[in-house]
Amino acid sequence: MSMSVIRSLRRGGAGAGFGGMSAGRIRAVFRKELRDFRRNRFIVGTMAVVPLVFMVLPTVELLTMPAGLPTSALDTRIGLAMLYLLIVPAMVPAAISAYSVIGERDQGTLEPVLTTPIRAEEFLVGKALAALLPTLFISYTMFGVFLGCAELFAQPAVATAALRGPQLLAQLLFTPLVAGWSIWVVIAISARVSDVRVAQQLGTLASLPPLAVSSLMSFNVIHPTLRLAVTLAAVLLVVDSLGWRAVAAVFDRERLITGSRALR
Amino acid sequence: MSSTPALVVEGLTKHFGGRTAFSEASFTVEPGEVFGFLGPNGAGKTSTVRTLGTLIAPTAGSAVVAGLPLTPANGVGIRRRISVMPESPGLYLRLTVAENLEFFAGLHELPGARDRIERALRAVNLSDRAGDPCRALSKGLRQRVGLARALLNDPTVLFLDEPTSGLDPVAAREVHDLIADLRGRGVTIFLTTHRLAEAERLCDRVAIMNTTLRTIGRPDELRERLFRKSLEVRTRAPLADPDRVFGALDGVESWQLDGSGAYVLAVSDPDSAAPAAVRALVAADADVLSLSQSQHSLEDVYLRLIESDPEVSAA
Ligand SMILES: Nc1ncnc2c1ncn2[C@@H]1O[C@H](COP(=O)(O)OP(=O)(O)O)[C@@H](O)[C@H]1O
Ligand SMILES: [Mg+2]
Repeated sequence: MSMSVIRSLRRGGAGAGFGGMSAGRIRAVFRKELRDFRRNRFIVGTMAVVPLVFMVLPTVELLTMPAGLPTSALDTRIGLAMLYLLIVPAMVPAAISAYSVIGERDQGTLEPVLTTPIRAEEFLVGKALAALLPTLFISYTMFGVFLGCAELFAQPAVATAALRGPQLLAQLLFTPLVAGWSIWVVIAISARVSDVRVAQQLGTLASLPPLAVSSLMSFNVIHPTLRLAVTLAAVLLVVDSLGWRAVAAVFDRERLITGSRALR
Repeated sequence: MSSTPALVVEGLTKHFGGRTAFSEASFTVEPGEVFGFLGPNGAGKTSTVRTLGTLIAPTAGSAVVAGLPLTPANGVGIRRRISVMPESPGLYLRLTVAENLEFFAGLHELPGARDRIERALRAVNLSDRAGDPCRALSKGLRQRVGLARALLNDPTVLFLDEPTSGLDPVAAREVHDLIADLRGRGVTIFLTTHRLAEAERLCDRVAIMNTTLRTIGRPDELRERLFRKSLEVRTRAPLADPDRVFGALDGVESWQLDGSGAYVLAVSDPDSAAPAAVRALVAADADVLSLSQSQHSLEDVYLRLIESDPEVSAA
């Protein structure tokens, strides 16, 4: 299956996205979403508050680490701080994506959209990209600020431990992988539940499993080997790149249009 | 008109679980026609539009929409050629009017989107509101944005589901005028409504339905077909022997005295029966106060049809 995605990715020229999808329609959804987010107080608030909250703790932790810690203890505490930073790419897109389908249905916009030539896959990919982009922007900015603080204000030994190459790379890679998981799982939830609040609650829960695995590593319950990290990354990559197929499969036009009698 | 019909519907049926939304609907809509789908709440109008608009799958029957058979594989192709304006316009309230239209132009991948948006806004007289957020618009204006959105792709068939429901009379009148404009420009429109006057005013042909299709025809045709023509005669005093006056008249099939004291004559052709009736009345020395052709409104037809038993009216 993943081969076919790769093949269709290669095939995709101008106008055609992967799987024969239309890049133009995906772009239309993407742009509409970003415009809508910018004027949605809940989403703007989430994007501002969640990162702040989850920034403060690891940064304070980092700055208060004493110089004389043994290397292993230092690594664990820095790992924990970085894990904390991964909560943002898990939770921010979950909050956004909870609205993706059920929100459109509730406001009555799903019906006109589904009578245009757009296909479920295109609609979903556009939504996913629109949730991914601001998430990456926020997460990387946070990470940059965190590293800047380490460089400028932390004990030199702590800064050195925080700024190690493999660790940075892992953080950079896991940010989109974790976000992708949240986005697809929560969009799937949003396409199946009948209430936005249920989508939000289930979505928050569903965004946690990748974090749970990482935290087991951080707490040394599972040993954080390279092989384990690569395996986790591979699993997430598969979920992220095939998520649109799974979600498109549970996206039932008729059910979405007629499921609720309270269309307004 | 040699072109293929805009809609061909045969035996189309939709059940929701055990509930029948509409059943055995068959009709054809020609290009350029404004076809009215008239019925009370719950008659199955919205379900029919959704079925023909590829949102829900029919339980039975078949249809050809804008030249393409209604099958799942043709969904995208059909949607490229049609537009549906649902009962509630479904606008993104945080986006401006122009941004809403831009989004839908993008979904249709329309070339020259900017021009099309301007044209669509001009068509609904909203050019000056392009930059307004939809949240700030009244219900009537939102409906007009919905109409502009439906015009963007120059649809082969435009479905309008109760376009004036919930609008005040002025706003409803404006939407009526816009639809009349579109009709003048040859746009094929499938219009559902529960308002008789709307159907009569806007539509070339009207289908009256209540779960099943009761009848189809031009508004004037329906009136003629469903009510026998009659003459109403009022005299100063009751006739001594009305049977002798009316019984032998050519073209008068039967007569009866109605509750108000008028004689109602069932006739095949009022134009030839009326002079004969007057001559007979004069010969019988009756003081005629008035003689008129009775007028039935479409409303009479409508109420009779939707109330009647489907088995009976199907016959
Ligand atoms: N999603 C649904 N589930 C069950 N019954 C439905 C559903 N949608 C419509 N119906 C039923 O189908 C019938 C027709 O409804 P509808 O098409 O909305 O009528 P109209 O638009 O003419 O008011 C009604 O009896 C309605 O209760
Ligand atoms: Mg309806």
